Amino acid sequence: MTIVKRETEKPRSPLIFRLDPRSGVPTYLQLVHQVEHAIRLGYLLHGDQLPRLKDVVASLSINPNTVQKAYRHLEQEGLIGARPGQGTFVLASPETVGLAELEALRKRLVDGWLRDAAAAGLDEEGIAALFASALRDFRERQSDTAHGSQLRRARAPREAGGVA
Amino acid sequence: MNALETFGLGVRYGQSWAVRDCTLSIEEGHVVALVGSNGAGKTTLLHCAVGLTEATCGTISVLGDLRAGSDEALARVAFVAQDTPLYRHLTVTEMVEVAANLNRSFDLPFATARLRQLDIPAKRRVGKLSGGQQAQLALTLALARHPDLVILDEPLARLDPVARHDVMALVLSMAAEEGISVIFSSHVVSELERVADYLVLMAHGSLQLTGPIDEILASHTVLAGPADDADRVATQCSVVHVEQAARRVQLLVRHDQSVDIPPGWEASPPSLDELVLAYLRDPSVVGRSGPLALAATRAGGTLR
Repeated sequence: MTIVKRETEKPRSPLIFRLDPRSGVPTYLQLVHQVEHAIRLGYLLHGDQLPRLKDVVASLSINPNTVQKAYRHLEQEGLIGARPGQGTFVLASPETVGLAELEALRKRLVDGWLRDAAAAGLDEEGIAALFASALRDFRERQSDTAHGSQLRRARAPREAGGVA
Repeated sequence: MNALETFGLGVRYGQSWAVRDCTLSIEEGHVVALVGSNGAGKTTLLHCAVGLTEATCGTISVLGDLRAGSDEALARVAFVAQDTPLYRHLTVTEMVEVAANLNRSFDLPFATARLRQLDIPAKRRVGKLSGGQQAQLALTLALARHPDLVILDEPLARLDPVARHDVMALVLSMAAEEGISVIFSSHVVSELERVADYLVLMAHGSLQLTGPIDEILASHTVLAGPADDADRVATQCSVVHVEQAARRVQLLVRHDQSVDIPPGWEASPPSLDELVLAYLRDPSVVGRSGPLALAATRAGGTLR
């Protein structure tokens, strides 16, 4: 099968937004989470462009103010920045975890723990529940020692008065 | 500047009022959803805004202080009626030419480029286009005048899901690119939250609830608690809707600032769907007034 591209213009951003209307999460927060997620996993790198306002609006058929609200939120977090006339770009970079490293971690999870869990008779929901609860414990133990942010901000948020 | 402003607007047809005591002021730059049951007065209100219907009393103006229906107003307002008025026997190209000749300012290159982008066959007769394509054509012709305010009466009715998505995408990308204000009436409740950021709810010709959707959601809470305690709680706040179950009851309440949650009750934010449906089910509820906020109770957390 061939995939026919109707788009006349080449997409400038590696990110594609999607919405889950049943999640109950406000639309702008879904957009925020997807950008954070993509940066964390290394799909979006420092200097990458975010989809343009009109492209997001046209592809998802959502209110432009919602997209602006999401981008403003990410800008305040120091994750992205707008270059007037050009677009919005990623300023942050994922903490040390590169794609290769991620792939290795994933392999260890699939070939090791997940296989053991399945062999022990856990079904998919059981695995997800166990993982979620273990992650919660892990996070609580971590936050006792230090609150390490997972994304390195490119510069301090404006109110902190960083060096220009 | 206000995109739409009405003061004490009323329209009477014979003995009955189609719109009454309607006072509204909507800032420009919003995408406004006008929602209400059949016969609520939505179309009459929109027709007033473009001068197709004359007000019996009160005033209505658009884009600042332009009198609705005046020449200055009509030059900057585009309107697409419910039945997408097009000449069915003309081809798409001929229809575009007619529109270009009938309108003082018409961006022909814009219209042809958009229609090509939308894959609408230029040589086909308008009557042979699908419902979605006809809606897109009517909309493109309206947008080619580069209006500051677009008014759409039921643009989504009679469209399948794909066409609904595409039509709204066309309107919203114009809103994003040119900052135009949009007012549309709709029955489709489930897609409002994504598309609109301002809500106007009408019932029996009167305004039931109006405001930015963020603020509307923030001023409503769903309280769930024991049924035998419901009457006491209901006297302390303005209840929009009651859902009864065995031993338990669920109240949708409206409040001004924060709500003190009564002890033994759970609070959660409502979705826009359930909020709109609750108001539509009971047209006598008016969300803009009434005794507000739960009276302070000794225990319980504070919401927001």
